[in-house]
Order: sequence, then C-alpha cells, then structure tokens
Amino acid sequence: MVDNLKSRYTYAWVVLRGLVETDFKLRYQGSVLGIAWSVLKPLMMFCVMYVVFGKFLRMSDGTSTYPVVLLLGISSWQFVTESTNVGLRSVVERGDLLRKIHFPNYIVVVSATVGALISYAINLCVVLLFALVARVQFTWRVVLLPLNIIELYAVTLGLTLLMATMYVYFRDIAHIWEVLQQLVFYGMPIIYPLSYVTNRGGLYAELARLELINPFAQTIQDIRHNLIAPETQPTIWNSFDNPFIKAFPVVLTVALLWLGVYLFRRNSRKFAEVM
Amino acid sequence: MSDNANDVMNNPVVLSVDHVSKSFKLPTEQATGMKQAFINWTKGIKGYKKQQVLKDISFSVHKGEFFGIVGRNGGGKSTLLKIISQIYYPETGSVKVNGKLVPFIELGVGFNPELTGRENVYLNGSLLGFTSEEVDAMYDDIVEFAELEEFMDQKLKNYSSGMQVRLAFSVAIKARGDILVLDEVLAVGDEAFQRKCDEFFTEIKKDPSKTVILVTHDMDSVRKYCSRAMMIADGEVEAIGDPETVSQQYTLANLKADEAAERKQREERGGYPNGLNKRCPLLRTYAVSPQILKSSDTFRFAVEYQYDEPGDFYLAIAMHDIRRGGISYDTGMKTFKMEKHGHHTVHFDIPLNIFNNGEFRLITSLRTPNPVNDERTEAVGVAVDENACTFVIQDDRNREYALLSDRALTFTQVDISNKD
Repeated sequence: MVDNLKSRYTYAWVVLRGLVETDFKLRYQGSVLGIAWSVLKPLMMFCVMYVVFGKFLRMSDGTSTYPVVLLLGISSWQFVTESTNVGLRSVVERGDLLRKIHFPNYIVVVSATVGALISYAINLCVVLLFALVARVQFTWRVVLLPLNIIELYAVTLGLTLLMATMYVYFRDIAHIWEVLQQLVFYGMPIIYPLSYVTNRGGLYAELARLELINPFAQTIQDIRHNLIAPETQPTIWNSFDNPFIKAFPVVLTVALLWLGVYLFRRNSRKFAEVM
Repeated sequence: MSDNANDVMNNPVVLSVDHVSKSFKLPTEQATGMKQAFINWTKGIKGYKKQQVLKDISFSVHKGEFFGIVGRNGGGKSTLLKIISQIYYPETGSVKVNGKLVPFIELGVGFNPELTGRENVYLNGSLLGFTSEEVDAMYDDIVEFAELEEFMDQKLKNYSSGMQVRLAFSVAIKARGDILVLDEVLAVGDEAFQRKCDEFFTEIKKDPSKTVILVTHDMDSVRKYCSRAMMIADGEVEAIGDPETVSQQYTLANLKADEAAERKQREERGGYPNGLNKRCPLLRTYAVSPQILKSSDTFRFAVEYQYDEPGDFYLAIAMHDIRRGGISYDTGMKTFKMEKHGHHTVHFDIPLNIFNNGEFRLITSLRTPNPVNDERTEAVGVAVDENACTFVIQDDRNREYALLSDRALTFTQVDISNKD
C-alpha cells in the first residue's frame, strides 16, 4: 500500500520534473542571451512600468513605495494569467502524450502552473531588487508571505484544473476566460490603489471593500501588505469585522481547489478518448 | 521448445485481462462549442453513436512470455493495447499489471526537435516514469544500440528521419521495464539495423525475466519471436495459443475477407463471376480426367459456355505455368470456332508428354470477331478465378526445374573440329 502510493508519486514527480525542465529549456530556445532573458525580461518590463505608472501617470496612494507595490501586484496577477492561460490548454496541447503514454495526467496542468510559478519567483526577486532600491522597510510580516503565496497558488491551480477540464469539451472556455480575466483584473486594486475608489465615498467605498472578497484580490493585497507596505495596503483582515466575510475568500479558495480536483479526476480517465 | 513454453506458463502472471469490454461514442454531430451542445441538448439529440470495440476479452500473460497480438485492421487490437497500457479505461472488467509496464504505442512520444538527442532520451525516459538515475543506467545501452554516439549532443531536428526512428526504437527496447508493449514497430531502420533488432528479439525471447507484448501484422515475426499469440477479430478473442496455429488462422481470416470482398464485387457486377457478364453469363473450364497426372497421361477438360448472341464466336484457351510463371501455350484466338449458340459443353485433350513436373492453369476466353479489323477478336467473357481449371503433373520420370522434359527437347553437343 505504502509502496504503491510511493511509486505513484515518484512517477508523477519524475514526469513533472521532465516536463517543467523541458518547458524551461525551450522557453528561450534559440535566443542569444538564452536563460538570462528570464531575469532580464521582467527587469526591463518593470522599468517601463515603473516609469509609466509611477512617473507619468502618477498612479499613487501618496506613499513613496507605491511603484513597488504596483510591480508586485502586476507580477502576482501575471502569475495567475500565465498559469490559467497556459494551463487550461495544456491537456489538449499535450494530447499526443496523453493518448500514447499512461501517466497521471493532472501533471500536465500542474507543470503549466509550476512553470508560471518559476517565472513568478524570478519576478519576485526582481521586485525585491526594486524594493531595496526604493528603501522599503521590511517587517516581521514577511514570514506570512509563504502562506499567501500558497493560497494564491491553490486558487489558481483550482481554477486552472477546472477550466482545463472544461476546455477538453468546450473550446469556448478559453475565450470566455480571456474576457472574464479582464473583468477580474479591473475589478480589483492592482493598477490602481484601492483608495482611488474608496475616496469617492458612499456606494463606491462600499464596493471598494467588496473588491477584497475575491480570493485573488485578497491574496495579492495580503502579499503587498506583508512584503512591502503593512501601513498603507488595505486587506480583507483590516477592512471587515464580520468573521464570515473574512473567511469567505479562503473558503472559496478551498472550494475551488476541491471542485477543480474533483472534476478533473472524474473526467481525466476519458481525456485520451475524447480528444 | 514446447518444454520451454510450458515452463513459461508456470511462471507468475504479470498481466491479466479479465472480461474487458469497451465501446466508443462516435460523434455524429459537431459539438465542440457550447452553443451546439446546448442546441443538441434542447433538441434531445444524443450527438453520438455507440460502437462496441471490445467484447468480453479475457487472457493472461505470464512472466517471460513473448506474447503476440494479431488481428485485422479495425479489429480492436490498438484499443486493447491502450487498455493494457492504461491509457484507456475498460468499461467493464479489469486489467491487472504486475511490474513496470512500458508502453510504446508510438515511437518517440514527446520527442522535441529543439532538444538534443541526449535531452530527448532523458525526457522520453521521464515520461515513461524512469528517474534520471535510471536513465543514466540505461543511457549507454540505448546510444550504443542506436549507433548514434557522436550525434547525441546534436539537436534532434538535425537528425535524419532514420536516425530519429533508430533513437526512439532503441529507447523502446532498451528501456528497463518488466513488461514491454510494442505496437507495429519492427520495421524500422536499414537492413543492418533490422538484423540487429532481429538478434535482439531472438535474445529477449530466451530471457525469462522480460515479458514482451507485440502487436503486429507481420506473421513472420509472430512465428519467429512469439512464444504465444492471440488473434482478435471483431472485438473478440478469435484464437489463442501457439503462434503457428494462430498465424495460420490469421492468414485464413484474411483469405476469407478477400473472398467476401470478391463476393461483394460480384454482387456489384450483377451477380456474375469475375470476368463474366450479361452477354456471356457462363464460361467455365473444368477437369474431366483426374487433376494430378503423369506425363504419359492425357489431360481431358471441358469448357461449358452460354452465349446467345447471333454471329461467329470462338474459344481461346491459354495454359499458364503457375510454378514458373508465364504462358506455356495458347490456342490462338480463332482456332476453335464454336458451332452452337446457347448453353453447351465442349471437350479438349492435352497430351502431357513434353512437360516436366509443374502446376498449370487453363484460362478460357470467349471471343467475337472485331468488326473493324478482321484479324483480331474481342473477348466477351473470361473464365478466371474459380472458373479456371488447374492441373498438376507429377511423375518420377520428370525433373522439377524446367518446363520441357528431355522427351520434348534435348540439346546436342556438336564437335566442330578445326581442320587446320
């Protein structure tokens, strides 16, 4: 029994490593700078964004660290979009493998999200560099960061599994998600500080608080709060008193992950036949 | 040989397939969009039709066996193989595998042209579930077998297609699994590589620790390598047992299918046998004397015909040499002019004295004169296939090789002595 489980997960692990390594090797294949691009690209992108949002558009909540907060938010959201957009197509795109080799096929989805996670880790390092330059004062809250990232990964994986399953049957889901992700993106404080909405008062202030209920917003705000600006970044924990509302994003995350895993497992036996 | 086979049958079972059935839903409607799915749902269209591919299949493979699976196209072999490899799940029944099963439904799955040969071996290995340490252990073997030592650090896209296949095949057969599943992969590489594979398979056949399951159309390889074989037809186990019997049965099934196709063709022609038609519905050559004869015999045969159109017509008979090929004799187009229209039978004799041993076939055609060119005739009907007549000459006095016997022809050596 234990041996059986062990061999099953060794297999999954071996395949996962093989796929992730290959993807990473191929990503900058044929370029002169090769793997250096994985660091150089976010570095240059962030410089552009830093200048555009921080200096020209003066998108700010008034604190000097806001540009770094902005970069952190954008790179976190990039992780979500990269893993969902690659992951939801992964089952179909790796169809030739699934039809010819038996292996735990959730691995193709996981490998897509792990690939995005690696980019995210590199991006975080670059953000950290910017944070050092901007003289961010780190606090003890940094230790909470892994928890936030685990939650972000969990909700993303759940959603990706769910959509990857649907994509096998309905290709429409890719287009639907493309639109939907814009809605989610603008429906949470990533490129604008939440205070922009809050400051308009009245109904807007109420709606602004509600933005935090979305698990993506909650985790990304938590990450910003814990890493860079504990004083100024609102989170669900300091915006609501009601414990049920506070618990909502976490419960939703768990539910989404469970649903994703459940539906994927139920349908994955048939993937090889359906495609 | 048979002792050996019995030994294997006493080994533990490594693969047991138990009452497995499988059917597929073939889509009749295009429904890869939500809209279409919704429309189908509201209209109550199922959108698919069920096709039973495997029906209650049971068999088991023992450790050390070289097990062949044969069957005609569309018989369910590949589906069975995918079920064995756990890529498809059986609808009913179960598949139990004991040990590490390495499937090769297709060679080089996951090979990436942008990676080097070495990286591809490791990637392919990891997809099959081998850790990099395990691939390390078999890497040299694989490269040596593929004869690609100096190319392993080249990208795969720079390989010739033959080299790619060789590499993939080497991974397949050098992979250190307990059970190897191979689908139609024997005919790869050049002659030298083929020979190498042949040696390898002959060797693996003797290895009691390796189990191989081979799906193939090639009856030669079934007879050569397999210790046991199974034939699948229409989703059922048609035969299982010693490879000789099974391959014979397979050949027979193919012949039957050919006959069925022939019958179908005949129906399309309006029920007339091949070569005949409405104008000449009956033309048959058949033996009157025994069909196995000595050279001293005379072979008598008859031609039965039906021809109702007015005007002259002829019978032309060609004698084909089955053993040596070619036409040994032909009567000529206008030699036998028939007197009577309608349904009649005429008889002919062939003296056999001049021939050596052999098998011969007589093919008769019914001909009418060409209205334009009087020299020529046109065939109205030809008696081929079952309407042709075969006979055999078997005589101890005769030789086997040449067509003409010494009685018909002898060469004489002449002595031309120069007078100077």
